[in-house]
Amino acid sequence: MKRLFPILAVLTALLLAYALYQALVVAPTERTMGDVQRIFYYHVPSAWTAFLLFLVNLVASIVYLVWRNPKADALAVAAAEVGVVFCTVVLVTGPIWARPVWGIWWTWDVRLTTTLVLWLIYVSYLVLRRFSDSSQTPKLAAVLAIFGALDVPLVYFSIWFFRTQHPQPVIGGGGSIDPRMLRVLLINWLAFSCFAVLVCWWRYRLERLQREVEEAHALESLLAPGGPSARSAKAKVPLGRSPQ
Amino acid sequence: MSSFWSITLGTLTKDIRLEWRSKDALNAMLFFSLLVVVIFSFSFDPNAEESRQIAGGLVWVAFLFSAVVALNQTWARELRNQVLDAYRVSPAPANSLFIAKALGNFLLVSLLEALMAPLFTIFYNLRVLGPAWQLIPVAVLGTWALVVNGTFFAAVSLRTRSREIMLPLLLFPISIPAVQSMVEATRIILAGDGSARFWIVLLLTYDVVFTTACLGLFETVLQAE
Amino acid sequence: MNSIKFLYAAYIATWLIHAIYLGSLVRRYSRLRQQMKELAK
Repeated sequence: MKRLFPILAVLTALLLAYALYQALVVAPTERTMGDVQRIFYYHVPSAWTAFLLFLVNLVASIVYLVWRNPKADALAVAAAEVGVVFCTVVLVTGPIWARPVWGIWWTWDVRLTTTLVLWLIYVSYLVLRRFSDSSQTPKLAAVLAIFGALDVPLVYFSIWFFRTQHPQPVIGGGGSIDPRMLRVLLINWLAFSCFAVLVCWWRYRLERLQREVEEAHALESLLAPGGPSARSAKAKVPLGRSPQ
Repeated sequence: MSSFWSITLGTLTKDIRLEWRSKDALNAMLFFSLLVVVIFSFSFDPNAEESRQIAGGLVWVAFLFSAVVALNQTWARELRNQVLDAYRVSPAPANSLFIAKALGNFLLVSLLEALMAPLFTIFYNLRVLGPAWQLIPVAVLGTWALVVNGTFFAAVSLRTRSREIMLPLLLFPISIPAVQSMVEATRIILAGDGSARFWIVLLLTYDVVFTTACLGLFETVLQAE
Repeated sequence: MNSIKFLYAAYIATWLIHAIYLGSLVRRYSRLRQQMKELAK
């Protein structure tokens, strides 16, 4: 399984390069917006990938709450982090696209604003994980993920209604899409999805290894000469993180 | 079922009695709320036409910050006296503790709002051009929205570093649809411009969804401390 | 055309963000490897 990783990494890099070529060269130039529209091929796949990753986090969080599987929790962290990275890309490329096309950096439209709130929720998720010292952090984080998931439809709906009352330009536009452009879009989505899976996998392995090292550290302090098991004094090292 | 409510009521009256005796937190919060209103008045010139249009938003932002001050001390007393451990081992349902705390916070924040609202009205020369009675469901539903999630996240933040900043950090993103609803509804009612019905219904939906979520997951959070 | 700059800016920004994150992963891995080496001693 581990040896597969470098091969997949190279394949993904090639796929990304091919997708880039498609986006910059092969895709037809948009009539009204010109070449700037090609940002679309990076902006939209990043958004879809980010949402997918957050969905993975939600499922992993629920699995963790129900079965207390540590692997599920590690996957939840990985998916959340990589999801925030992709979400950041969406929030950065959006305004860069909006400025030359619509003359404004930001527009509080439904999709971009919902993405911003999603980003805020998951950044607060990561902050909770970083700032929470207890061994019960995974449970608390999983609860927060569920709250976030419940919130998102309400966010979307409230902004959508607000926009029907106060219309403004929509970044990314609606309407039908040229099939040639759709093809390039899907190629880029495939490439970025593979990239996301690999990065997520890498992050997951890092998390698992980190926990093993922490457990080994804890064990070592217990068994060291002069350590707590050699004395009858209370253990200073928390025994938390035992397999749950 | 009756024991659930009797425990809830008992906890609530105990909190109210304790708070009323010392009035520490209450006085601090009252003064803080006054300061917030005054500072807003300096930052957003009350005489400017634009300010009167955003007054609805200003009011709720001020309430939000005051509510956070109230929420941060929700569990402080319990933490100091190891009461949470006692709750964990007692047969009392965790939710009765949660409801009691949430109701206590609701009363406290409502009190703050009742005292700040006249100040805002005076400083900003507010006039209600729409159906004024609608402000009541907005205030009740909006306050509950903040308080129910605030009480919950206050418990989640208990074992974190920088507990006081963790609470708003978790609360604000999740509260965005509720805050938007409150602000819009207030703006519409004050300006008499359209119907606030959608926003009130959305607030109600938000309250139902998150009250259920809090009740469903509070046991997990309590056990996690 | 001036707006081409925005296209390049967007693509570069995307990969910059990914590079920063991947870099942080590499750093965390090397730190972990060091810890594992110390444990093995």
